[in-house]
Amino acid sequence: MTTQQHDSSVYEEIGGSERFQELKRRYRSWAFPMTVAFLAWYLLYVVLSGFARDFMGTKVWGNINIALIFGLLQFVSTFLIAWAYARHSAAKLDPLADELRHEIEGNPAAADGEVKA
Amino acid sequence: MSETTLSTILFLLFVAGTLAITFWASRHTKTAADYYAGGRSFSAAQNGLAIGGDYMSAASFLGIAGIIALSGYDGFLYSIGFLVAWLVALLLVAELMRNSGKFTMADVLAFRMSPRPVRTAAGVSTIVVSIFYLLAQMVGAGALVGLLLGITSPAGKALTIVGVGLLMIVYVVVGGMKGTTWVQIVKAILLMGGATLVTLLVLGHYGFNLSGLLGDAATQSGKGASFLEPGLKYGTEAQGLAGKIDLISLGLALVLGTAGLPHILIRFYTVPTAKDARKSVLWGIGIIGTFYLLTLVLGFGAAALVGSKAISEQNAAGNTAAPQLAKAVGNLIFGDVGGTILLAVIAAVAFATILAVVAGLTLASSSSFAHDLYAHVFRRGNATEKEELLMARVAAFAIGAVAIGLGILAQSLNVAFLVALAFAVAASGNLPAILYSLFWKRFNTAGAVSAIYGGLVSAVVLVIFSPVVSGSATAMFPDANFAWFPLQNPGIVSIPIGFLAGWLGTVLSEEHNAAKFAEIEVRSLTGVGAEKATDH
Repeated sequence: MTTQQHDSSVYEEIGGSERFQELKRRYRSWAFPMTVAFLAWYLLYVVLSGFARDFMGTKVWGNINIALIFGLLQFVSTFLIAWAYARHSAAKLDPLADELRHEIEGNPAAADGEVKA
Repeated sequence: MSETTLSTILFLLFVAGTLAITFWASRHTKTAADYYAGGRSFSAAQNGLAIGGDYMSAASFLGIAGIIALSGYDGFLYSIGFLVAWLVALLLVAELMRNSGKFTMADVLAFRMSPRPVRTAAGVSTIVVSIFYLLAQMVGAGALVGLLLGITSPAGKALTIVGVGLLMIVYVVVGGMKGTTWVQIVKAILLMGGATLVTLLVLGHYGFNLSGLLGDAATQSGKGASFLEPGLKYGTEAQGLAGKIDLISLGLALVLGTAGLPHILIRFYTVPTAKDARKSVLWGIGIIGTFYLLTLVLGFGAAALVGSKAISEQNAAGNTAAPQLAKAVGNLIFGDVGGTILLAVIAAVAFATILAVVAGLTLASSSSFAHDLYAHVFRRGNATEKEELLMARVAAFAIGAVAIGLGILAQSLNVAFLVALAFAVAASGNLPAILYSLFWKRFNTAGAVSAIYGGLVSAVVLVIFSPVVSGSATAMFPDANFAWFPLQNPGIVSIPIGFLAGWLGTVLSEEHNAAKFAEIEVRSLTGVGAEKATDH
């Protein structure tokens, strides 16, 4: 289980390469706004539970009220975001990450910091 | 046969089965990667189940069902925070940690920092968070056995705590991560199976008419429609504005704490690749989400079929609502024998739940003690693997002993707040340090140390001076009053303090290592140089 060590200059070179910057952009431009979005959506739910109880208590169908539907929607959104992230990663992140990794690990020259970026 | 005999037999079967697995696992546990990370050879589905096993504590199963049974809708608020939190772990933490770390949370934090101060801080925080969580579970175990097996004497409860503690020590010391993971898997399957069965029976009894079940629950609770709305437990109108801010504070700690809990973070190391870490979190989200939907039915079902009065007579916090419901619904559908069997099954599942969670916590804290504090701080990286693993096992014994001792001492105290406190510390200290480490180029040693200690100390100090420790009838020390902080949950103050302290510590120190940041950035996103699975 020895781990291959690389000269740190390899990482700086890869890190500066266009394809790595593209990978980083694809990851961050999806994960960061989505994190802000689901945290805001969740906080909206918590704040409404504290401050808008009449609204949350409105009955929609039988004994099912808005609070219950809103809560269940948090489950739905969590499942959907998780599924969407899995799809995004498989389509946009994994191929590029695998390509870069194979290049660095497979190319013996990589250890000398001679990776073509 | 009485239900206590039957549930004892079922529980002993669980113990025998998991001990057999543990001893089997010990024969395949040779290297540090085996002991700390189960050889990194679990599949995504197995680890996903184990994530569920580690996460669905007695506080989730019995606690949330109990809150819903007694206070209605507000219990649901708790479970939603616990679930949404997994998106933070999925999107920002799981894969990147798997790629850049080895055994503990500190591996990632210390990557580009001066290792000794950062590992010290991360080790201290890991142990503090785990002990808080552990203590809540141990005290819960003592209380639960009293109610379910009819053991009510303090000595009987103390003996239960000793028994639970000894078992968890055996799981961890003998089986390491491999044994502990299998215990989590078995427990998760049993818990999901038991909860699904009771849920289906309850729904079946109501002809799968959810509205009918809710209506009955509201009527039986004696609180009417307000039982189905937020506000009976958290941020009640009587508590005024402070209560509502407290609710938001709790929500923040729940949603941000999970991705900073050490016993959850080390789960990501038990799979071969970052892709598997992602998939295991997806499995975890599916299992945990389903489980919390089941607890919704269990809680309202208990309110409707058992009734608040019968529940609060057994346990003021409602912790026995789920087992009581099992008996009630079993009686209704299968007659008395059915009720007895179902109660015994659910009681045994509840014990299995506690046992598995405490084992996970003991493993996380003893691993951090051995790997971070002993091997890297005390021995400055010069300990052999054999010495480090010996220390890990000694630490598991020691932490187990401390948990047993504190558990017995705290038996009669109300320590239910400790779970929320563990989440608050994880969100205030660990999460800022992890996120800055992974994403902020300028972050440095001073920043990491200030984030962890700033978040940890502010959360703990605020809770010490809060109404949960003194100055209220339900406090840990109801007869004392030194509370000046108005909220029960420190998160809304301590989480910003943790993030600010990390920022301030960073900008006030010149140090930063750009080359190492480039390395962690490339490694975390591409998986270059990530630890490989061991073959057996």
